[in-house]
Amino acid sequence: MIEEIFQQFRDWIDNRHEYAKEWKEKNTKKIIGYLCTYVPEEIVYAADILPVRILGSHEPPTVTEPYIFAMFCHLCRDCLAQGLKGRFNYIDGIVEGQSCLHLRQTFNAWRLHIPTNFAHYIHIPHGIQNPHAIPYLTQELTKFKKALEDWNGKKISNEDLDKGIKIMNENRELMRKVHEFRKLENPKITGLEAMEMVLSSQMVDKEEHSKLLNKLLEELPKRNLQRNTGTRLMIIGSEDDDRVFMKNVEALGATFVIEEHCTGSRYLWDDVVPQEDRLSAIASRYVNRVPCPSKDWPEFTRIQHAVKLAKDFNVQGALVIQNKFCDPHGIEIPPLREALKKVGVQTYPLEFDVTVPWGQFRTRVEAFLETLTGLEELF
Amino acid sequence: MNQKYPTEPLKIWNEAKLLRGKYYENYLDAHKLGGLRWAGGAWSFSSIPAGLGEDVYSITGEPHGATIAFFKDFTAKCHEAVEAAGFPRTLCAYMRNYWGSILLDKYIRADGKVVDEHPVPDFIWQDHICCSHAKWYQVAKWLEEKKGKKVPMYCVDVSVGYSMDKPLEDFKINYIVRQLSDGIEWLEKVTGRTYNDKLLCEAVWNEINATRLWAEICALNQNVPAPLDEKTMYSLYVMGTLMKHRKECVDIYRKLKTEIEDRVRRGIAAVGNERFRIITDTQPPWGFLKIFREMEKYGVVSLGSLYTFGLIGMWKYRPDGTWAPKDLPLEKPQTREEAVKMIVEWTVDRPEWAHFYQPEAKTKMILSIVKQWKVDAVLLHYNRGCEGLSVHIAENRHGLLDAGVPVFPFEGNMGDEREFDFPGTLARLTAFFESMGLKKLGE
Ligand code: SF4
Ligand code: SF4
Repeated sequence: MIEEIFQQFRDWIDNRHEYAKEWKEKNTKKIIGYLCTYVPEEIVYAADILPVRILGSHEPPTVTEPYIFAMFCHLCRDCLAQGLKGRFNYIDGIVEGQSCLHLRQTFNAWRLHIPTNFAHYIHIPHGIQNPHAIPYLTQELTKFKKALEDWNGKKISNEDLDKGIKIMNENRELMRKVHEFRKLENPKITGLEAMEMVLSSQMVDKEEHSKLLNKLLEELPKRNLQRNTGTRLMIIGSEDDDRVFMKNVEALGATFVIEEHCTGSRYLWDDVVPQEDRLSAIASRYVNRVPCPSKDWPEFTRIQHAVKLAKDFNVQGALVIQNKFCDPHGIEIPPLREALKKVGVQTYPLEFDVTVPWGQFRTRVEAFLETLTGLEELF
Repeated sequence: MNQKYPTEPLKIWNEAKLLRGKYYENYLDAHKLGGLRWAGGAWSFSSIPAGLGEDVYSITGEPHGATIAFFKDFTAKCHEAVEAAGFPRTLCAYMRNYWGSILLDKYIRADGKVVDEHPVPDFIWQDHICCSHAKWYQVAKWLEEKKGKKVPMYCVDVSVGYSMDKPLEDFKINYIVRQLSDGIEWLEKVTGRTYNDKLLCEAVWNEINATRLWAEICALNQNVPAPLDEKTMYSLYVMGTLMKHRKECVDIYRKLKTEIEDRVRRGIAAVGNERFRIITDTQPPWGFLKIFREMEKYGVVSLGSLYTFGLIGMWKYRPDGTWAPKDLPLEKPQTREEAVKMIVEWTVDRPEWAHFYQPEAKTKMILSIVKQWKVDAVLLHYNRGCEGLSVHIAENRHGLLDAGVPVFPFEGNMGDEREFDFPGTLARLTAFFESMGLKKLGE
């Protein structure tokens, strides 16, 4: 039974476009594609529209060369490539919540070159550590809500917003509960499975996803993973949906017990805390959530959060990944590594590109794992 | 071969050079003079710390990064230090130059002389629109802290979008105004000084006038022959990037404008054999400014760029659709509230902020320059050193080509010579000029 659940997550990812097309036909509702997890999906659900995250396919994105200079991260180019190849031709609109310049380019190129009925950019504040960010974002969200209402021809009521908040909070809460099983001495879920759970939640109807999560939570306590946990690893950095890499590393005698990136725990760590003013409640969530480093200044709060995760999940070593050209994450590598080192977590940096050269990485990861086990023997 | 137009050196040149040199020295010596020094970006709201007193000196990161880039040996050392510290080499080149200087604990003067000890600022005062702006100084602060020096940092979020055809909504303006008002209290707290609103009003008015004057100077380059060329402009616009809020900046720009008007009246050219007018796009590869001299051999003058015009200069579209220096506010601000609001409303129209959000906005401005400045071709620098000003550049290329403007795209890096192929670029560029019907003068 439990293997079927994980297979379902996998199938949803592998057949995401078929799923979305069928969903659309069955429900006769709109679908919106979004690029960054700063898009408040709560409001999209409130509008009775399905939000799906646009991600890449890890093929060299040569089709984007006329539209995005190749010094921008592969994720932003790979996402655009999907649009240019017509793989998201079922989406009715595209929304971006300000995160970095890279994805903004994807949004604009999409708006300009791919037929779309609705394109909206939400200027999510960058200065999330300043007290004016929440009222400011509340106004931005008011604009977004109105834009959706005008396009969709339907008002969004408080009840609708409550529904959107509930759908999102429930899904996040369930995935956090699953994460508790990763803290165990012998985690009941691998890093790859956790990634597939989170990734699929960004691709399908969350209510359907939550139903499956409930089943998973019933089954997980009984699960006995027939594998050695090996070294407890953390993966941290830029957006990462490279399942092959996760699988390969875990096959080397390690388990990713936690990750800190936006297709992992960063996506689900914080809920909307209800308030009378629903948009302000949603704004507070997106200002106070575990931040993307692009917004995390002057203090390094994400690094503090990563250190806490490392301790809570009893991490032995961390792979620090940077998508080539990703400035927000690249800038933080040395302070992050230093902070983890201070709490006894050794790190190893890896630069990811659209395809990961596993041959080279394997040797380096193996050497890193050996260092970790060696240290353990020493002390 | 006879020269087509008369040329003569700029009279103001030495004065400008001295002023720039003094600026770097003042920053270095600020503490000896009992003053304060702060670090931040060229776009930071520099008129705000001016309310702390007349002895407050700043160093702005981008021109400092460019100065380092100009002296390639020191740049290479900076990059090595930054890479050894574990930072990726794909990051903003100015930022890496700046960090490198902290890591090496060296400071480069305007004339290229490298001295020991990177001067630690008393505080950081920055703003944030590019992914690297706040992070640059957050890391600078972290690096100083590792050396045992605590530098307080304040950064204003200005990433509220850009509005081309109507004023930005009030809530966006107010978001920035509130941060700046809080910032004034923060400045008082971290420096222990009492804030002087009168000095603030002066500084805001200076900044508005300096940035308008720079636009007026650039507008004079619409004349044929062009009285200024881009390479010279780099040495002059820098005052605006270093001290746009200071009276010295207004004064020198006023003098410069008078001198350029005089050059226009007398038909004095920047390039004596001007016969083909181009503009560029973003920062040049600073270590290779000789490329402009190579262009002159073909009678090509570079009139500037959206970057040189609009990094500091303030512009607006007139009702007739032409692009022109932005109108000054009717009167000087008299109170703190008026001053802060005025500088925010003035700044959010900065042309170089437009393209961060809308590629169409940048293309429209470049097309206005092409038309009004009588430009024959545009050189687009695909600049690996600056994601901020390279963002959407491919879209701009499409926009220009669609409008029938000849475009020469080239890849490089403003601050890391390892990423600029000078001979290769020059060969392609001369082939481009030849395809435009140009021949080397005298051939
Ligand atoms: S990986 Fe980095 S640069 Fe790319 S979209 Fe994410 S934050 Fe932006
Ligand atoms: S990337 Fe460019 S715009 Fe961004 S901080 Fe560096 S120089 Fe400035």
